[in-house]
Amino acid sequence: MTLVYVDNVHKAFGDLEVLKGINLSVAQGEVVAIIGRSGSGKSTLLRCLNQLEKHDSGEITIADKQLDAASMSPKELSENVGMVFQSFNLFPHKTVGENVCLAPLVVRGEEKAEVEKVAREVLEKVGLSDKYDAYPAQLSGGQQQRVAIARALAMRPKVMLCDEVTSALDPELVGEVLRVLEALAAEGMTLILVTHEMSFARDVADRVVFMHQGRIHEEGAPSELFSNPQTPELKQFISAVL
Amino acid sequence: MIEFTFWDILRNLLLATRWTIVLSLIAFVGGATVGLLLTFMRLSSNRWLQRLTSLYVDLFQGTPLLMQLFLIFFGAAAMGHPISAWLAASIALTLFTSAFLCDIWRGCLEAVAKGQWHAARVLGMNYFQTMRHVILPQALRLSIPPTVGFSVQVIKGTALASIIGFVELTKAGTMLNNATFEPFTIFALVALLYFALCYPLSCYARYLEKKLYDAGLR
Repeated sequence: MTLVYVDNVHKAFGDLEVLKGINLSVAQGEVVAIIGRSGSGKSTLLRCLNQLEKHDSGEITIADKQLDAASMSPKELSENVGMVFQSFNLFPHKTVGENVCLAPLVVRGEEKAEVEKVAREVLEKVGLSDKYDAYPAQLSGGQQQRVAIARALAMRPKVMLCDEVTSALDPELVGEVLRVLEALAAEGMTLILVTHEMSFARDVADRVVFMHQGRIHEEGAPSELFSNPQTPELKQFISAVL
Repeated sequence: MIEFTFWDILRNLLLATRWTIVLSLIAFVGGATVGLLLTFMRLSSNRWLQRLTSLYVDLFQGTPLLMQLFLIFFGAAAMGHPISAWLAASIALTLFTSAFLCDIWRGCLEAVAKGQWHAARVLGMNYFQTMRHVILPQALRLSIPPTVGFSVQVIKGTALASIIGFVELTKAGTMLNNATFEPFTIFALVALLYFALCYPLSCYARYLEKKLYDAGLR
C-alpha cells in the first residue's frame, strides 16, 4: 500500500529552483534512504513532505490525503508525519519526559496518565527510560537525538522523516542512534531518511534514492545501486563518499 | 540660620531616597505593563501595529529622556492641563522604560532558536500553543538578566525628574547644597546612595546571567 506519494513536485527559492519535478512513492513499512550532494534538494524534499516548506506545484499525498496548507492543519499533519532534525531541537526548558509528553497533551488533549505511560514506553524503546527526569543539556548528543526520536514516536506517526539525524553527532555516538532507527525499521515503521551514512543506507534501507540537481537521478535496491551505479554522477558520488 | 550636621544631611538624603525608589518602581511596573503590550503589538501579524510600535520605540529611544520629561510637563501646562511633577515624571519614565523593555523582550523572543518553532510545528502545535509552551518560557528566562540590568538605568533616570522640581534624591542633594554649601560631601553621598541602589541590582543581573549560562540555555 502506498503511504507517501509525490507527483511532479517543484520548489524554488527565488530564482533558485531546488526541486525540479520529483516523483516518488513510498510503500507502508518501506525504508527509503535519500542520498546526494549538499544542495541537491534532498532536505528540501523532506521539508516539503511535512510542509515546513510549501511546494510550488505538484502533488503530495500522505495516507490518501492531499497535502496543502488549506486542507491539512499542523495537528492533522502530525497524525501522519513525524520528523527528527539534524539539530535535535529538543525543548531545553523541559525534562525528557515533558518533551515527549508535551504534544500528546497539548495537541491531542490526551489523558495525562496515559500519555506518561506512552512516554515511558517510547523512551524504553530508545533505551533511555532512566533519563525521564533529566534535562536535555544533561544528555549527550546521541541521547538527545534518541529523545527526539521518542518524542516523534509518541505522536504515533505513520511515517517518520529523518533529516541527517547523525550529522551533528560525534562519530562514537552515531551508532546508538542508527541502532534505534534500525530497530524501528525492523518493527515496520515507514522511514524516509536523508543520510550521509552510506553503510547504514546499504544495510537498512529497502530502497536508495540518489538526488542530483533537484531531480531523482537514480533509484533502486541498495545492493544494486551501490555495486552497479548506472549514471556517471552516482558513480562519482559513491567513489567520493565510500 | 539652621546648622546642618552630617547626620542631618544623611537623614534628609535617605528620606528623599524613598521617592527615588517609589518613582523607580512606578516607572518599572508601568513600563513593564506598557512594554509587554507593545511587545505583543510588535509580534502581531498586523503591519500597522508593527509599524506603530517601531515608531514608538524609535521615538522614545531616539530622544533624550529629559526632553520627554519637558514635553510632558510643560506640554500639559501649555495645553491648559497643568500636571504635577509627580505625574509628569511617572508618565515620562513609564513611556521611556516601556520603549526599551519592548525592544529587549522582542530581542529575547527572537533569540529563541528557529528550530524550536519547527519542532513544535512538526509535533502539531499551532502558533499559540507553540508560544505558550515552547517560546515564551525560554524567552522569559533569557529576558530576566537584561531586564534586571535595565532597571539600573531606570533608577538613574529618575534623577532627571529633579529638574522639573520633583524632590527625589538628586533634588534633595541640590537643595541641601544650597543651604549648606558643602557640594562635595553632599553629592558624594548622593552618588553613594545611587550606587547602593544600583550595585546590588547589577550583581543580581550578573548572577542571573551566569545561572542561565550554567543551565545551558545560552
